Amino acid sequence: MSGLFEARGITKHFGGLTAVHDVTFGVDRGIASIIGPNGAGKTTLFNVFTGLYQPDAGAITFRGQPLVGLRPDQITALGICRTFQNIRLFANMTAAENVLVGMHARIRVGMWDVLGRGPRFREAEHALWRRAAETLDRVGLRAKANEVARNLPYGEQRRLELARALASEPALLLLDEPTAGMTQGEAVTLMALLRRLVAELDLVILLIEHNMRVVMEVSDHVAVLDHGEKIAEGPPREVQSNPRVVEAYLGRRPVARARE
Amino acid sequence: MHTLASVALIAVSGLGVAVFPRSILVFMLFQSTLVFVYLARINDVLRWGLLAVALVVMMPTIGTYNGYYLEVATQVGIFAALALGLNIVVGLAGLLDLGYVAFFAVGAYSWAIFGSPHGNVLFGTSAFPLPAAWFYPFLAFGLALAAATGVLLGLPVLRLRGDYLAIVTLGFGEVIRVLANNLDKPINVTNGPKGITPISRPPLPPEMSYSVGFYFLVLLIVLVVVLVNRRLEDSHIGRAWEAIREDQLAAQAMGVPLVRAKLLAFACGASFAGVMGVVFAAKQIFINPESFTFLESIGVLAMVILGGMGSIPGAIIGATVVTVLNLQVLKGLSLWLNELKNAGVSVLGYNLANLPTQLEPAKYERMIFGIILVLMMIFRPQGIFPARRRQRELGE
Repeated sequence: MSGLFEARGITKHFGGLTAVHDVTFGVDRGIASIIGPNGAGKTTLFNVFTGLYQPDAGAITFRGQPLVGLRPDQITALGICRTFQNIRLFANMTAAENVLVGMHARIRVGMWDVLGRGPRFREAEHALWRRAAETLDRVGLRAKANEVARNLPYGEQRRLELARALASEPALLLLDEPTAGMTQGEAVTLMALLRRLVAELDLVILLIEHNMRVVMEVSDHVAVLDHGEKIAEGPPREVQSNPRVVEAYLGRRPVARARE
Repeated sequence: MHTLASVALIAVSGLGVAVFPRSILVFMLFQSTLVFVYLARINDVLRWGLLAVALVVMMPTIGTYNGYYLEVATQVGIFAALALGLNIVVGLAGLLDLGYVAFFAVGAYSWAIFGSPHGNVLFGTSAFPLPAAWFYPFLAFGLALAAATGVLLGLPVLRLRGDYLAIVTLGFGEVIRVLANNLDKPINVTNGPKGITPISRPPLPPEMSYSVGFYFLVLLIVLVVVLVNRRLEDSHIGRAWEAIREDQLAAQAMGVPLVRAKLLAFACGASFAGVMGVVFAAKQIFINPESFTFLESIGVLAMVILGGMGSIPGAIIGATVVTVLNLQVLKGLSLWLNELKNAGVSVLGYNLANLPTQLEPAKYERMIFGIILVLMMIFRPQGIFPARRRQRELGE
């Protein structure tokens, strides 16, 4: 478990509460998932990974480069991008503009190009819009490019958030409960999309998920958090039958019948 | 239909002003005509052609019939540039700045000190005032100085959000004003409440009258400001600002460097105010701290909000409405009521001459302005010309 992304001994306190305690975790390829009951510290871990929180202890490396201490935008520029548990789109901007903001870290024209509007700027801007169209196409939202994000239905907002994150050309994509609020059918479709993205874009995806069935089908690797600690890790099938996991989800007894 | 109406209205209202040079109503008709042409469903070439003719040919001509109108137009231009600058900070980036006029003051004092004999007091030489032509380089200097001030203010406070930022910027605005008021001792930088005068006016082409020349100067600067505004807005910089306004945390997670983007917004907004400060100082010849009170900041903010936050035409129309309201409508109303009062006209059997001085019309001005603002916020909170999303064909 080494290579693309590694977190070692991550600890994060909020006042007296230890949200995450000594979690070590890595992803290298495919789709990995972090699961766990509510309040297990999954989102906190994501926020530490993406620089929104600074960990109290531990180290994170991405392609061998240390991440702790970097700002979120610097981490995005390095190739890690995320979505949010409760959708955080730029509500009053169009779908295309949302995606364009996602590209911010990849834009190489400066203030003077913008003011001068030379061929360099126009070419760059043109390329941006073309890529925005492609990205929207990937998630099936091209027809909605000029819709204001606020007016999109819930499922499309989720996909737009995914497109916005993809626009930053990440090598590692962190998705915080992407199927929240979706029907089982929509969730399955989304997972198929994620699989396709992994294959087509050479992308590694890390999910936080509640929907067990989805997690077990789509993940190559699963880690389980409970009360801020990692209690199990491994291929989905193994994790699923781990007694500690079953206990965390369903309580201590009866162990024998416990299966999602 | 619209084409005919546009041309006819412009021609008629322009002529009207020439025939009735003293009628405020006719001049306001002319102004509304411009808005009509801007909104009319006509060919864009015709639209901009008509507006150009109105602003470049007709307005100066009107000025020869009634010089005060040109003064109004010049003031509108100055405030339009200020509103456009504040629009970047408040409308696009969503950073509520209640001390915006401080940057205006920085620009104004920069030229006031160097472009008047007061420079001699400060530096102990006799090199001042600088030759009037220095006004033009000082436009750039005022811009840079105000932008630097914007960055200086921004650095410590941009971690604050919303209300907290508003309070700090309000304090900053007051600090600058109080500094201007008190920096006459121990070193006399600003000449305190007495202000600085006479400030040199820029040399302008002698072929036209000075006020017409000045009007063109302001018009030119406003055009540049609009152009810069448009280009910024329609680029990744403008999109980043709007993203910050919509959701700062998400914007940062998408790769927008918050501090840099916010500082840039502050610096851009401040720089427009700096340039206009230089122009303002030269136009007034005299400035003192009274010109840079908190109410001025609020006035510019009212223009941005009235016009529609984040919208360039909105900022311009907001500046026009507020300035015309203050300079013409409310003043005109006061004068008219006063005339009635002095003539001893009675309304419903009540002789206006008996009106107690507390109810003097001149004192309603602010109240009426306030009522208009309140009504506006209730019935059209998005402003006169709200920002419209740019629709674009994707991937040709």
